[in-house]
Amino acid sequence: MKSSFTREHLLYLRKQKIRKTLVLAAQIGLLLLLLGFWELSAQLGWTDSFITSSPSRIWNTLKELVVSGALWKHLWASTWETIVGFAIGTALGYAIAVILWWNAFLKDVFEPYVVVLNSLPKIALGPVIIILVGTDKASIITMAVLISVVITAITILNGFVETDKEKALLLRSMGANRFQIFTKLVAPANVPTLMATLKINVGMAWIGSIMGEYLVSKEGLGYLLVYGKQVFRLDLVMTCTVVLCALAGVMYAVVALLEKIVIKRY
Amino acid sequence: MKVLQLKDVSKVFYSKTQETRAIDRMTFDVDEGEFVSIIGPSGCGKTTVLSLISKLIAPTSGTVSLFGNNHVGYMLQRDQLFEWRTIEKNVYLGLEIQHKLTPENKIYAEGLLKKYGLWEFRKHYPSEISGGMRQRAALIRTLATNPDLLLLDEPFSALDFQTRLEVCDDVYAIIKSEKKTALLVTHDISEAISLSDRIVVLTARPATVLTIHTPALTAPTPLKRRESPDFSKQFELLHRYLHGDKT
Repeated sequence: MKSSFTREHLLYLRKQKIRKTLVLAAQIGLLLLLLGFWELSAQLGWTDSFITSSPSRIWNTLKELVVSGALWKHLWASTWETIVGFAIGTALGYAIAVILWWNAFLKDVFEPYVVVLNSLPKIALGPVIIILVGTDKASIITMAVLISVVITAITILNGFVETDKEKALLLRSMGANRFQIFTKLVAPANVPTLMATLKINVGMAWIGSIMGEYLVSKEGLGYLLVYGKQVFRLDLVMTCTVVLCALAGVMYAVVALLEKIVIKRY
Repeated sequence: MKVLQLKDVSKVFYSKTQETRAIDRMTFDVDEGEFVSIIGPSGCGKTTVLSLISKLIAPTSGTVSLFGNNHVGYMLQRDQLFEWRTIEKNVYLGLEIQHKLTPENKIYAEGLLKKYGLWEFRKHYPSEISGGMRQRAALIRTLATNPDLLLLDEPFSALDFQTRLEVCDDVYAIIKSEKKTALLVTHDISEAISLSDRIVVLTARPATVLTIHTPALTAPTPLKRRESPDFSKQFELLHRYLHGDKT
């Protein structure tokens, strides 16, 4: 710490630090408390651990899955589908936003379609996807893409349209064409919008891939969840849920980190 | 020599429910090296005049002629610097757009940065420099493309009063030392008097030229002109023009 800070400043920084530590401690404490209560109520027979499982049973199931290698297979399958769906959905959504921004006529034409597609629960398209795409991974990825693409297009297009009109005017007065307005202004001005969309899409892609796995799959965490439910192994269901939480958290953290690096100037 | 000539220019805007005659047979011109201001009641279409001159919109009738290399530089209300570009990159923006980022033009732009005290800030981002410096950077960006005519659309209105007077002096000095022709749009009468060689007074909508006033103040800087004894008399006169007999 720089010695040039005043005593009051140091005091202020200390207070901030203490607060941050307290929040973190409370977060961990809450988690431990919940886990402890859950475990205790299972051990003491307050709840039927066959139905509600328990932290120790989840831990054992997790160990089993790791040892048998099943965990990695399923985890990797789901993660792969999610990442591919996330990438395609985001890129496609961005491309659609660019086209609709570029051509106001097309934007007006497609507006009602986009609105309907956005409100449509994409799972309703499940049967159609299976028939059209088949019963393999492609269907699952299609589902992940479908769920993320519409919201991406809408959010990004909104950002494009909301871009500072005065700045666009300035560029036009310099003689800029539409392509230049896009590359010099609209695209860079909307990097924060893109980053926000990436964050949303992490969640969307996970929803899509797990939902896809519910419908058709031979592997993946969604498959494992359905399997666990069918054979009534709630330990397995809970374990999958916990693993999913962790995975989604990690992926979100990666995107948040990316945002932090990229967004500094915007 | 004329740099700009407007001849019987009219502009009509259409909307679903009505047509609005914004500008009606407007005629005036600007000579090389002149500083001309346009003042008028608010909402009279001052900015529309600048849009017409910069060819962003076409007149409904009449002609707008630019002489020389047919190229204007537009400076807007806020500095409109791009936050994600360094000052230097902001200054190059116009050159990039016009595919004129040649070594000579770069040297010219660098020269402007050096001359007007922004050289050491060239790698800074707009958020890291003061409001006055931002405005100066915006002016240098406009000058970098070497336009024949500068169009200034209330470039000081977003600044607080004290800064406004300083930046006003600053901008005036730069424009004069670069021997540029400038056309300023403003609603601020004192600003117009202190800066201009001639003032085009517009009527309320549909805007047309009410009169052209020549302040003929000899003090060298806008700030000094504000102190000249003739200033308040001229202010009153122009105020009467703008507000009719209501005052």
